[in-house]
Amino acid sequence: MAILITEDTPVIVQGISGRIGQFHAADMIAHGTNVVGGVTPGKGGETVLDRPVFNTVRQAVQATGAEASLVFVPPGFAADAIMEAADAGIRIAVCVTDGIPAQDMMKVKRFLRRYPEGRRMRLIGPNCAGIISPGRGFMGIMPPHIYARGSVGIVGRSGTLGYEAASQMKALGIGVSTSVGIGGDPINGSSFRDILELFEADPETEAVMMIGEIGGPQEAEAAEFVRDHMTKPVVAYVAGLSAPKGRKMGHAGAIISAFGESAQEKVVILEAAGITVAPHPSALGETMAEVLARRQAPASRAMAGQGA
Amino acid sequence: MDIHEYQAKEILARSGVPIPRGGLAYSPEQAAFHAREMGGSVWVVKAQIHSGGRGKAGGVKICRSEDEVRDAAASLFGQTLVTAQTGPQGKCVYRVYVEEGTDIAQEMYLGFVLDRKSERIMIVGSAEGGMSIEELAEERPEALVRMVVDPAVGLAEFQSREFAFALGLAPGQVPKMVTVLRACYRAYRDLDATMVEINPLVITASGDLMALDAKMSFDTNALFRRPSVAELRDRSQEDPREATAQDAGLNYVGLDGDIGCMINGAGLAMATMDMIKQAGGEPANFLDVGGGASPERVLRAFRTVLGDRKVRVMLVNIFAGINRCDWIAEGVVKAYQALEIDMPVVVRLSGTNVDEGRRIIAESGLPIITADTLADAAQKAVAARDAALQPA
Repeated sequence: MAILITEDTPVIVQGISGRIGQFHAADMIAHGTNVVGGVTPGKGGETVLDRPVFNTVRQAVQATGAEASLVFVPPGFAADAIMEAADAGIRIAVCVTDGIPAQDMMKVKRFLRRYPEGRRMRLIGPNCAGIISPGRGFMGIMPPHIYARGSVGIVGRSGTLGYEAASQMKALGIGVSTSVGIGGDPINGSSFRDILELFEADPETEAVMMIGEIGGPQEAEAAEFVRDHMTKPVVAYVAGLSAPKGRKMGHAGAIISAFGESAQEKVVILEAAGITVAPHPSALGETMAEVLARRQAPASRAMAGQGA
Repeated sequence: MDIHEYQAKEILARSGVPIPRGGLAYSPEQAAFHAREMGGSVWVVKAQIHSGGRGKAGGVKICRSEDEVRDAAASLFGQTLVTAQTGPQGKCVYRVYVEEGTDIAQEMYLGFVLDRKSERIMIVGSAEGGMSIEELAEERPEALVRMVVDPAVGLAEFQSREFAFALGLAPGQVPKMVTVLRACYRAYRDLDATMVEINPLVITASGDLMALDAKMSFDTNALFRRPSVAELRDRSQEDPREATAQDAGLNYVGLDGDIGCMINGAGLAMATMDMIKQAGGEPANFLDVGGGASPERVLRAFRTVLGDRKVRVMLVNIFAGINRCDWIAEGVVKAYQALEIDMPVVVRLSGTNVDEGRRIIAESGLPIITADTLADAAQKAVAARDAALQPA
């Protein structure tokens, strides 16, 4: 099944006429993604990469039945593009754009909540690498060849560190069900917890690699979910263990930041929840390999017992 | 982006926050002139640097004559103040603000900040303001009043009232507090701030509210639509290496080690720094070269990193998605020649167009050390650093 995207998901690209949008749309098509069209206001009626371009997301959804949208729109207009997708009935939007103002994202989050649960769009990003179900389809800017198809889910804030995890695992013969970049912005669409919930319910995912970093409350929230609701093993890494304490101005940030925002505190919280934390960023693959071997070991011992 | 106290006060005063009279000075004479012009018998001379904790560092002086004002200003100009928030290198004073003295009955704290947990704006206040607010937050969190505001709805009048009463203000002062709260909120929202802080917000002897100090920070992602804020930037308050890098579109933070780093992506950059430490080295900097980096951009990144004289080894770690390894490789070769690099350079390339990138490095004939993995790159960089430090 994988999560969020397969070869069947009809995808549009908002901003398909731009240089970057077009380049990545071509790559997505080349790797089997079902790209059915694109949206660029004012360019409706044209075609890009043999796909129809529409003026509005609503027209694109009506004409193509698109369910997912990749948003490649400059920062000043990206929040508006996300809200347009949500209103037009898109189910999943992935926003790659870096540099969206924080207050725009507050507005987006509030806007998404005006739709009832069953028709509320799921947003991944912004400022993320996107999502990929290797060999089946992807929406984003990742290099698809570094992923092997398999059964480990990846969720991370950093795009490039997610690539690092995928390639370390591939080198050890471990493949990926779906990899999700949730993005590095302070306010983002889906949290670690949201994605872990999907992986827990996905029959094709047997373990999860979670890559966090310093700052923000989302790793602590994810740890609580893993402890209380997850049966699948989770391996984690938190980037920034050696980062210097940020220079700051004023006290307001320090007053509201709770325990659990430094990398060290996050490691403590994740381990307390039963998560295996990789000791350094070159050990992502081998830590996952050990966890998978441990998981299989009891089963094979039972088989051996039966044989004797 | 941070601004000075006097700039924050101007902004807040325009929104309706009462502030004492004052004037900005670039010279001791100008400071004395402001004091004479304002009249009165007590003035406060305040160093304008982008930092809190100035009082403890000697950056705020109370004066009782024009001569004292002139002398206080003269001693502050050109002085580097080291506060709890500046780091050991401190910040240099080029501007002072002269303000009329205020008769203080009570000091309070008021802050507006982006709350990542609720993804909204949080207002924090305390009836006990002044200098040790962080300790207060830790030791007696119940002494803080917190309130979350949904920017889609705005700060409701009843919320401001509740907040004012929760601070224990007398009924006659509540409407004044409501005015201050709504004014700060408007400034925060309308100018894309990430922080507004008034510490202290005082009740004067005559029962009025007044902002004696103010700080504001702004969302750099929103500066494109806030030109009036963007022009308040003061480069003298920034680390010169970081300011230059920012102008070149690079995300750079200077550190204390000797292994210079050029990496793509903030997460991978932090992970590479973790790995360098693991291998026994110390990074000289954090540098995220960003997405779609052209050879010219790579050259600028090299120039920025090598501008730091402590650097003994250069480590390039690229995992290209939206980037292209061939462009990075071209940039490295270009930088090597243009900057006449005479130190070891370790390059690890992975991802988009990796074969092309590796070929460019190999065919350049330059003594570039290549690495296949993150661990390999960190170990080779540390080994090269150790070799460079060996006496010949």
